[in-house]
Amino acid sequence: MKQFIGFLRKEFLHIFRDPRTMMIIFLLPIVQLLLFGKVINTDIQNSRIAILDQSHDNTTREITSKLVSSGYFVLGEELMPGDDVEDVFRKGKVKMVVTFGPEFEKSLERDGKAEVQLLADASDPNTARILTNYASGIINDYVKKEKLQNLQLPNQINTEVRMLYNEGLKSVYMFVPGLMAMILMLISAMMTSISISKEKELGTMEVLLASPLKPIQIVLGKVTPYLLLSFINALTIILIGVFLFGVPIKGSFVFLMAESFLFIMMALSLGILISTIAPNQMVAMFISLLALMLPTVLLSGFMFPIENMPLPLRILSHAMPPRWFIVIIKNIMLKGTGILFVWKETLILMFMTFVFIALSIKNFKIRLE
Amino acid sequence: MSKNKSQDTGFLPPLSEGAGGGLKVIEVHNLVKKFGSFVANDHLNFDVYQGEIFGFLGANGAGKTTAMKILCGLSSPTSGEAKVAGFDIYKETEKIKRNIGYMSQKFSLYEDLTVAENIRFFSGVYGISPADRKEKQDKLLKDLGLESAKDSLIGSLPLGWKQKLAFSVAIFHEPKIVFLDEPTGGVDPITRRKFWDLIYEAADRGITVFVTTHYMDEAEYCNRVSIMNAGRIEALDTPKNLKKQYSAKNMDEVFLKIARNTE
Amino acid sequence: MNTLKLINNPLQPGSESPLLRRGLGEAFISIQHISKSYGDVQAISDISLEVQKGELFGLIGPDGAGKTTLMRILMTLLIQDKGSATMNGFDVIKDYKKIRNMVGYMPGRFSLYQDLTVEENLNFFATVFKTTVAENYELIRDIYVQIEPFKNRLAGKLSGGMKQKLALSCALIHKPEILILDEPTTGVDAVSRKEFWEMLKNLQQKGITILVSTPYMDEATLCNRVALMQKGKVLDIDTPAKLVENYTRKLYAIRSNDMHRLIMDLRLYEKTDSAYAFGQYLHVTGKDDEVEATEFENFLMKKDHENLEVFDIQPTIEDVFMNMMNE
Repeated sequence: MKQFIGFLRKEFLHIFRDPRTMMIIFLLPIVQLLLFGKVINTDIQNSRIAILDQSHDNTTREITSKLVSSGYFVLGEELMPGDDVEDVFRKGKVKMVVTFGPEFEKSLERDGKAEVQLLADASDPNTARILTNYASGIINDYVKKEKLQNLQLPNQINTEVRMLYNEGLKSVYMFVPGLMAMILMLISAMMTSISISKEKELGTMEVLLASPLKPIQIVLGKVTPYLLLSFINALTIILIGVFLFGVPIKGSFVFLMAESFLFIMMALSLGILISTIAPNQMVAMFISLLALMLPTVLLSGFMFPIENMPLPLRILSHAMPPRWFIVIIKNIMLKGTGILFVWKETLILMFMTFVFIALSIKNFKIRLE
Repeated sequence: MSKNKSQDTGFLPPLSEGAGGGLKVIEVHNLVKKFGSFVANDHLNFDVYQGEIFGFLGANGAGKTTAMKILCGLSSPTSGEAKVAGFDIYKETEKIKRNIGYMSQKFSLYEDLTVAENIRFFSGVYGISPADRKEKQDKLLKDLGLESAKDSLIGSLPLGWKQKLAFSVAIFHEPKIVFLDEPTGGVDPITRRKFWDLIYEAADRGITVFVTTHYMDEAEYCNRVSIMNAGRIEALDTPKNLKKQYSAKNMDEVFLKIARNTE
Repeated sequence: MNTLKLINNPLQPGSESPLLRRGLGEAFISIQHISKSYGDVQAISDISLEVQKGELFGLIGPDGAGKTTLMRILMTLLIQDKGSATMNGFDVIKDYKKIRNMVGYMPGRFSLYQDLTVEENLNFFATVFKTTVAENYELIRDIYVQIEPFKNRLAGKLSGGMKQKLALSCALIHKPEILILDEPTTGVDAVSRKEFWEMLKNLQQKGITILVSTPYMDEATLCNRVALMQKGKVLDIDTPAKLVENYTRKLYAIRSNDMHRLIMDLRLYEKTDSAYAFGQYLHVTGKDDEVEATEFENFLMKKDHENLEVFDIQPTIEDVFMNMMNE
């Protein structure tokens, strides 16, 4: 035990004496959160749209006023049939064109089907996606409430979920879970792998290996400080989310922290696994960045919805631990669900942790080669 | 012990043994370098003559590296004056760099380039024309007996070959002075001596050699030796005179006496 | 100045210690036919040697001789391809845990934590070996007092000599019976090197068996016995005195005013076998041992060498080593 405490003391000294490590651990989470939350705000407000109404009936007029009164859209232009839609986009005046087919109301009541076309300026794909989602959500909502139940409309994708659990349609609700996954991954996996491979690079690992320390003691000694710091970080992010951005925690706080703990464990074991492969700090950092950070950002559904990905990437996204963690967090924070609804995701994370630990044990060498 | 011994040496016949000529290629006057309150170089005074092999010795942390960096134009002194190859170390560092060669144990050649690629690269750096390069490269490889290694990666060569090549590349552009920072670490005794043959040849061609080493027998091979301690030059003379002055039988003893007495 | 305090040392360097001759029983470190390769590179091939208890044994050789590989095998950090090795009877593969408890190790690059202070480094290694600095202070006192004034300085800010002392203190903190030191004096100035060897001598007197490697040939004379190594092979193992004794060739020291020309001329002389610079003299051997000093003298006089000196000398370990390399 004394050995272990001595090792911990040394690790904390390394961390506290290195300004770069300190910055990554304590400053980065806050800066990232503020950046994503405040600066890179993808919320839609007063986006200019154009309407091309080919039927001019009550329903289309009502839908139009619903869209405009939602606060997300402003009517920029009314188009006539035959107008060049592309030209409108090219001028950059509007972000989206909503086209109602001819005899909209009639065909809706008669066939239960009607045609609405949402054309968005996809030169900014993120905004385009959000605009079409919002618009189709509003149209869908209107038709469901006001018209028949069995109507079918184009673009009827997952808008329901978003509308239900993120009523303000605030992107910060999306970013807090995503950022949490990213930052925990960064600190737990990257920092651990770097700190272990640093000992290899500087030759101190040689002395540790030649000492009576058991490999498990070395690994635990290396990992424990980062477990602690990651946990503090998870807490910080949640607190900032709640108090600065008003993200709710509808579910159990203890359960939320327990799931975070599981995710941290997963990331730490991944970090150890990386360090067993990487001979020096640089390789450890590259593997961490390429294998962890990019997929976390790109493939976990944090920035780009998994539904919109091509099939191979969608399949690949199943192997991304943050994907499952984000689902869990969203469920707990925004929906207030318990383990009953996220047991599958939790089991997946547990399984991944187990695999990483098993591989690390298999890979960790008690000798130099 | 006279601390200003170094100032007297200008009046000695510069090269009592070995290469001739009395042209000063390095002139250092009252050179001081401070890092905060720490004085790394404390009023250094010495001259080095053309064609001379000048041994620059001192304990770890005595200030050798600091002084060498200043002379190579990589760092500015706090005060004092110095000229290297006739150029001022404050204002003409670029000219200095063009007229010196440098080789150290830590960095010499690119391990992942071949011998010929290394030569081409360094020729480019010093503006040697491709025609000249070709001719000189053939001669260099022939002199070293390394023609067969022309297209081998540096990393695959034995340490002794690397050192010889690194030295030859460092003087490829015919610099006035070549600085060698512990050039012979880690090689066997025969290879080490063969390396010194190259140093002698360079000195015979008029290239001044400024060398640091931890091997005290190598200090004996130098025309003159300066010994630094705690930022000051404590002794500067020919090995013969130093041994007489400190009544020591070899340079090892001289070094130990100086370093221990002034601690 | 008395550089080495060797009075009362039962194991005088270079001398044939009666203690060792009688033998203290089993070899304390035993290496039998060990080979190790990395891919195509044969790092060491068929090395056998034994170190007696209480001996100061040197592995002498340049880079690439295989010293580090051999030490790492003993330290249980590498597994040999062939052969076996034991330390105090423990096998380096089977009993690696016992060996790791018993041996003090100082790897080639002083493995210290640069961002920890002198004191923090020492305390850390003490806890790793389940002991405290206070408990074993007696053993390291002589060494540690020299760096204690700087105990709050970061290890990264120490000079080479001080780093070396700290690393040695760390390797000693658990009172090891065996010390394995991989090139502790490389890159360190002559003063620190001398001091370091004095420390080793003192540790030896306290009964610690020491295996040390070095590329500096002159340090061989400070060991009880040495193995001269080159390219993964042992050239010879003996006491320094014996090694020199066994050098049967006639060796001359020659000097003149122009040393470089001297060496060039001698190499062109048909009766010269080898001519190498050794400090202020050249060490020269003839084609055979019939070549007399006067023959060299006459030849060089004709070449107009001034202040010529030619005389017989005793070889050094370096001469022995170079002679073996050429064989």
